[in-house]
Amino acid sequence: MNTTRVDLKKVWVPALLLIILLLLAALPYARPGYTVVLVYTILMYIVLTVSWVIFSAPTGYISLAPAAFFGIGIYTSAILGMALPLPVVICIGGLASSCLALLVGALTLRLRGIYFTIFTLGLVELIKQFVLWYEIKFSGTRGRFLIPVGNNTIYYVMFAILVALLLTTYFIRRSKYGLALQSIGEDEEAAAHTGINVTLLKVITFAISAVFIGAAGAIWAIRLTYIDPYIAFDLNNSFMPVLMAIFGGMGQLYGPILGAAVFSYLREVLITRFPYYYMLLIGIILLVTILYLPNGLVGLIQKWHKRALGGQHANT
Amino acid sequence: MPILEGEGVTRYFGGLAAVRNVDFYVSQGEIVGLIGPNGAGKTTLFNLISGALVPKPGAIKFKGENITGAKPYQICKLGVARTFQSVKVFANMPVLENVLLGSLFGTSNSVSSADAAREATELLEFVGLSAMRAIPAKDLTLANQKRLEVARALATKPELLLLDELMAGLNPTEVAQAMELVIRIRDKGITVFMIEHVMKAIMSVCDRIMVLHHGKKIAEGTPQEIATSRTVVEVYLGE
Repeated sequence: MNTTRVDLKKVWVPALLLIILLLLAALPYARPGYTVVLVYTILMYIVLTVSWVIFSAPTGYISLAPAAFFGIGIYTSAILGMALPLPVVICIGGLASSCLALLVGALTLRLRGIYFTIFTLGLVELIKQFVLWYEIKFSGTRGRFLIPVGNNTIYYVMFAILVALLLTTYFIRRSKYGLALQSIGEDEEAAAHTGINVTLLKVITFAISAVFIGAAGAIWAIRLTYIDPYIAFDLNNSFMPVLMAIFGGMGQLYGPILGAAVFSYLREVLITRFPYYYMLLIGIILLVTILYLPNGLVGLIQKWHKRALGGQHANT
Repeated sequence: MPILEGEGVTRYFGGLAAVRNVDFYVSQGEIVGLIGPNGAGKTTLFNLISGALVPKPGAIKFKGENITGAKPYQICKLGVARTFQSVKVFANMPVLENVLLGSLFGTSNSVSSADAAREATELLEFVGLSAMRAIPAKDLTLANQKRLEVARALATKPELLLLDELMAGLNPTEVAQAMELVIRIRDKGITVFMIEHVMKAIMSVCDRIMVLHHGKKIAEGTPQEIATSRTVVEVYLGE
């Protein structure tokens, strides 16, 4: 019985994934307009959350740097957007972010726990202030405009980034490096004495997670059309991935995806329906999640699954 | 030529000399014991050998090669594995994965995942944990967690194994099993350097014993010599 279930899972999961991806790819033809904007916003949050999870979930190093990487992507796009074709701009956005991550990682990943978290929080503020100073002093401007492109283009770029990210995540989790990242979170000292180059592994994974956040920022900039340092380096973009990952649950890969999708959809709905109370409602949802669903949506699903299985056994 | 050699190994913590000017050697195929009262610097010496700390000054050579200042993962890859006084298993990972990490990242750089899994399974059998391969490491008893640490260290395919108080906190039956395990490890051709407080164990298992006190080496010799040494008795029991 057990084997048949495993076999079913082997067919079911990829099939379901394929169907979802095909539906997403076809969406702009079926439902143009607002739906496309809504869905690429959700995709953007999934990209931020899953990227954050690649590094922070297994290692336990809680990074609040996503807003910095996102902002670097946004500014890459604002500066180069007119000079270079879009795909090149997106790639440079990702690379620029990962360069920052390599530098910051090499300097700070020896910090542990709360010290690392606070440093990354400070990093966002530091870069924001630096860009602001630079723009006013040398560019003589506070904000920049971007040439808009069609919603469908933004949608497909975000979709492509997400697919690349999911493939990367899948391969990292399956490889021996996925196991090694987990061991760093369990006991870094023991991991080092087991032959794992912990510093290199942390820095490279941190940089990989930054690539996708930077790329997402580069395309998001075009949707914003006007940006300044306060918009580009908005700390919300650091906190959202953390909240969404907690909301979804971090044990499985689908947890953060589900968390980001449901949470960002809820956010959109609440903003449009209850513009004055939406922050309050979001707060309540988060409190309830942490109090009653310590393992997020995944924990809830697993509980249901177990109960359903238990029922089956009782019947037979 | 000894497999491990230390010359004038010293390490201060602030003004306190945790290890002071210690010369030592371990020969291929030996079981060497390291004893001394609490705070004598035994674990610090292990940390210096395994790269967690760097001797200042002093030099440590492994198979004639100077490894002073090398990182822990480099020293592991050269063939020195260790266990920890306070067990450091990967608590939330299954027992098998704990050992698998050793096979995947130890001295052999490109081992296929199938080979690694086979090695890990064999090692679990070697230390007697086969039945528990799928449970999270945190659910094991202390004795079994210590065995798991040994299996993980052996999975890196070391030539020298540092055991830091393998038998502390174990009951007499478990101590006997651990002693037998140490002998079997030596029979595999792995040199063993072990810190131990359980005198019965160390006297019967070791070929040679070193005694540290206040960071200095005060005695060295066969178990008989150590047991009858006046200095050692004074250190342990007072004059």
